[in-house]
Amino acid sequence: MTFLEHRRKLQTSRPARYEAMCEIRAFEDRAQALFFEGLVHGTTHTSQGQEAVSVGMAVAARPTDWVTCTYRGHGHALALGMDPSVVMGEIMGKRIGSVGGVGGSMHLCEVSVGLLPTFAIVGAGIPVAAGAALTSQVRGTDDAAIALFGDGAANIGAFHEGLNLAAIWKLPVVFICENNHYGEYSRIDLTTPVEDIAVRAVSYDMPGHVVDGQDVDAVSEAVGAALARARAGEGPTLLEMKTYRYAGHSRADPGAYRPEGELERWKERDPIAIYRTRLIEEGELTPEEAGDIEDRAARRIVEAEETAAGSEDATVADMFRYIYAP
Amino acid sequence: MNQAIAAALADEMHGDPDVIMFGEDIAAAEGPFKTSAGLLKSFGPLRVRDTPISEMGFLGAAVGAAATGLRPVIEIMFIEFIGVALDQLVTEAAKFHYLSRGTITVPLTVRGSVGAGLGFGCQHSQTLETWMYGNPGLKLAVASGPASAYGLLRSAIRDNNPVVMLEPRVLYARRAQMETGEDAVIPLGKAAVAREGADVTLVALGAMVPNALAAAEGAPWSAEVIDLQTLVPYDKEALLESVAKTKRLVTVEENPLTGGWGSEITSFVAGEMFGELEAPPIRVTCPDIHVPFGKELEQRYLPNPGYIAEQVGALLETGRRPPHWWEAYR
Repeated sequence: MTFLEHRRKLQTSRPARYEAMCEIRAFEDRAQALFFEGLVHGTTHTSQGQEAVSVGMAVAARPTDWVTCTYRGHGHALALGMDPSVVMGEIMGKRIGSVGGVGGSMHLCEVSVGLLPTFAIVGAGIPVAAGAALTSQVRGTDDAAIALFGDGAANIGAFHEGLNLAAIWKLPVVFICENNHYGEYSRIDLTTPVEDIAVRAVSYDMPGHVVDGQDVDAVSEAVGAALARARAGEGPTLLEMKTYRYAGHSRADPGAYRPEGELERWKERDPIAIYRTRLIEEGELTPEEAGDIEDRAARRIVEAEETAAGSEDATVADMFRYIYAP
Repeated sequence: MNQAIAAALADEMHGDPDVIMFGEDIAAAEGPFKTSAGLLKSFGPLRVRDTPISEMGFLGAAVGAAATGLRPVIEIMFIEFIGVALDQLVTEAAKFHYLSRGTITVPLTVRGSVGAGLGFGCQHSQTLETWMYGNPGLKLAVASGPASAYGLLRSAIRDNNPVVMLEPRVLYARRAQMETGEDAVIPLGKAAVAREGADVTLVALGAMVPNALAAAEGAPWSAEVIDLQTLVPYDKEALLESVAKTKRLVTVEENPLTGGWGSEITSFVAGEMFGELEAPPIRVTCPDIHVPFGKELEQRYLPNPGYIAEQVGALLETGRRPPHWWEAYR
């Protein structure tokens, strides 16, 4: 399936959205296991629990829109249509990886699906997305840009400067804060005086909405409306997706600082379980079909891992490529 | 020189509709140093924009615009202001090509005014070349007068990499007859022989080029003055060629002594030509202190022509590194 077919399916089929979320969950579980088992080098930041944001965003975005996201980017990359073996290959330092295996887990990029190099610096992608939107504005197209970032980024200068600039220039950009309640190891209430990041939109005279980040339909609807507003020349929007990160911040972090029972409470609102129930209740899936989808997604990740693991490592010569453009 | 810069910007904007420009006070006010005179009027508010005072925001936006097809030129009014935005230049722009397997280019030009001499005090008088030059993926050029400002800026805008173009503030008001147009474009990575000579090679950058020339003028020795023009990548061939002739190397640099680019140049040349040199390579720099405010102190701080001539004369006479003027104060 090409990425365009994947995106078209996401737009037209709710079971396809379910499958995309299952695929991300299976991918992240496997990525985490590979790091725990010491089979891959470095670090990784997984997004189990946040799948509805990735998929809802990809449902609403056009393939010609630009997206910036963070080092917690596997889910976004997969939702946008990157092949899982390409994402896995990058994590493993393989030449088939998205940037040839020289980037690692935090550095994915695929121009054809609209994904700019993912940002390993908190907040850095926010003004860059505003700049991608500036390109559309200057060229007179109705493409838009999307910046995905965490709640931790809402306290860094790049967030405020990026939102301010986008507002003052009425840029076609949608700012999506994935509020998973932890900036690295610190709970949001220790670092941020407001409960809802969305209220910060008021300072920049743009709409700000809190969205249920565990509900893929709610995410796609909110992002779709904000994108329509952006394309119509009405300027940026700040969306805050309330969600939760099941894993710790990174490979080395078990997340022991979380209050007892918090993880379990959030798992009761698991985005994949919520959607499964809804699609079955609304008659779009039978339990058997849902099971088939889950199996297919899991199998695809196993195959992706096999493909990546069996492929060629990045070479010494690869380190010297693409330092300067011709 | 400010007019040469405005002319280079206008010529590139005429030639390429993807060239846009933004920065603080550059559109309606035409820039505090008048380096964008007439551009808003000629190219309109879509392409020539004033920004809020937020370097991290607008430099980041320039990175995004460059990565998605435009060719932005941004102005950092005083180069010190880039401190709050360095992430976007060094950690994002310089690495995007690498982190996209070559599928993304960042044809971004960052212009900034640099240097001492105008009494702006220590937070508005540095060159900060040292912040820029250890970063693979970035290029760095420095103007030494109207012609090089014009020629280098046009190349910087055309380059498909992020290029930092530094403009000595003290030179903005310099006037000279010069050519514009395609023949006046100066390629990046090429040094210029600003003056030919036989006894010693003076390598300078930016505002130190006119100072090195003034030092050489009327001296009892014959100095070849090389205007490096581009610091990253620097022109190794031109350096080796000149020093092969003169056998002596002096770098003249508007930076504190420690960590300045002269260390890189002298190390490179000494490594290649150690046995052929007739004197140790030396560096004429500023002391390891902040730029003072008062007019006389500021001139004492800078490598002025008299001091450069003194250092070169002493090197030629003794064959040893002469003491720095400030050694009595340490």
